[in-house]
Amino acid sequence: MTEKKVKYNSSAIQKRLIPTYIFLTICSLISVFPLFWMITAATNQTVDVSRGKIWFGSYAVENFLNLLHSTNLWTSFGNSCLYATVQTLLCIFICSLAGYGFELYHDKGKDILFAVLLMAMMIPGVATMIPLFTMMSKLHFLNTVWGFVLPAISTPFMIMMFRQNSRNFPVDIMEAARIDGLSELMIFFRMYMPVMKSTYAAAAVITFMNAWNAYLWPRVVMTDNRAQTMPMLIANLAGGYTIDYGMLMMGVLFCSLPTMFIFFVLQKQFTEGITGAVK
Amino acid sequence: MEKKSKMGLLAKQKAAGWLFLVLASAMIIVMSFYPMVQAFITSFKTGSSANMQWASPLFYNYKRMFQDKMFMRSVGNTFLYLIIQVPIMLVLAILFAQLLNNKDLKFRGLFRTCIFLPCAVSLVSYALIFRTIFATQGLINIILMNLGIISEGINWLGQTNTARLVIIIALIWRWTGYNMVFYLAGLQNIEYSVYEAAKIDGATGWKTFWYVTVPLLKPVIIMTFIMSINGTLQLFDESVNLTNGGPANTTITMSHYIYNNSFGQGVANFGYASAMSFFVFILVAVLAAINLKVGDTRD
Repeated sequence: MTEKKVKYNSSAIQKRLIPTYIFLTICSLISVFPLFWMITAATNQTVDVSRGKIWFGSYAVENFLNLLHSTNLWTSFGNSCLYATVQTLLCIFICSLAGYGFELYHDKGKDILFAVLLMAMMIPGVATMIPLFTMMSKLHFLNTVWGFVLPAISTPFMIMMFRQNSRNFPVDIMEAARIDGLSELMIFFRMYMPVMKSTYAAAAVITFMNAWNAYLWPRVVMTDNRAQTMPMLIANLAGGYTIDYGMLMMGVLFCSLPTMFIFFVLQKQFTEGITGAVK
Repeated sequence: MEKKSKMGLLAKQKAAGWLFLVLASAMIIVMSFYPMVQAFITSFKTGSSANMQWASPLFYNYKRMFQDKMFMRSVGNTFLYLIIQVPIMLVLAILFAQLLNNKDLKFRGLFRTCIFLPCAVSLVSYALIFRTIFATQGLINIILMNLGIISEGINWLGQTNTARLVIIIALIWRWTGYNMVFYLAGLQNIEYSVYEAAKIDGATGWKTFWYVTVPLLKPVIIMTFIMSINGTLQLFDESVNLTNGGPANTTITMSHYIYNNSFGQGVANFGYASAMSFFVFILVAVLAAINLKVGDTRD
């Protein structure tokens, strides 16, 4: 009898949730549609795109070949992969080292330094872009991977993320390792890094996403076409007087492939990466 | 003797601690603080990048900035986007989070993924998608015409107000799910017993939300506010790729205008651009400080 009551209750609850289901379904469709349309448009001719066709067409290969002929697609794709990978590896290494130092060796001096570094979060990209451009051009780092990554391999956000997550790191392990004669640096490599795997994954995902999607700084530092990134390439595609929409959407799709892959396969890490510093 | 060696060990550990953070700290100082100081100095100079001199009067660039109608318009535009978009987006995000936090709701994961999905594409990508959809011969016009709402295509991006509207719609579309994720994480930290206590006290759904959920979410709400303000004040990708600042620079944002003055269109007015960027920095800092002050109720 109690079971029956529970069942009745749950169906009543579901009935009451109907407006919620309808609302969420509509919002989900609005949310998904532009991306779905981007994919279908990449398979259509410009004429069909302008005619409002929203289903898949048969021009995918043609759009792709057009894109290949009119841009240096592979170079840009390769550049983006290189820049984003180098930035990710350096950033998570440098920032995790700092987060570890700030949390597990903390004292008053380090806490003050950390508070000062946090203020860098408020410095807007447009404000530092001119001096950084001058700096990179003096160092002959324009159009190189170093010009791309150097301003972004140490960020307060990432340091904070590692610092917050280091709170869960068991200090006993460190003491045990010291007794075993491990040096401080070795404790970091052998003990800290394996334990913090999930934080590293989240940090890597979010850094890669940010690096791949960056637009303002690459536009400043990559003055040569051959050094350009994917977002720059697709932005240039849309710059002409007559736009081939099918080809443009194929470019957009290409630019979005790695980030969409990350979104669907590593969504958990991505979410953790975004909210990582809030705990 | 033993004591001495132990002291040495502690000192060694302390030194190691500093060593761990020196690289990251140095990078932030060299790549953020130092350029900021440089930008401040440059803001008092005039001339092109190669040979710059001190401006006379010293505040020339700042004076020029406040008389520059175009810059003032870019400030106005940025604030317009900020004031309209941020509240709508954050309210929607809280609403979604609240709805999705219901344990009785089915397909929660699916809904969550769908609403979060816009974050899977870059800012340039979605700006170009929206630009194509809202083109005069674009999908939105075709749909509206087929529904009989309009008789001929609206030139969305060719008119100031509709172009601004498209930017705002696009921003809401892209960032609502992003903020929702923060609220969902925040809601999951609230103990279920708090809600049960509220229920026993006779609080209804709306009251529970307003008097229990919102106060407990306050730190997260303040943080999303600061992030959104910070992000909106630095809007660049959308202004460049969705409207290109047009028509006639009426939808341009501050960052876009600063970029145009420093790296775009063959001008390298670094002094003037630095003055404007310093202004943006002050705005970001002041708004963040106000936010923190308003949010701080610990007194």
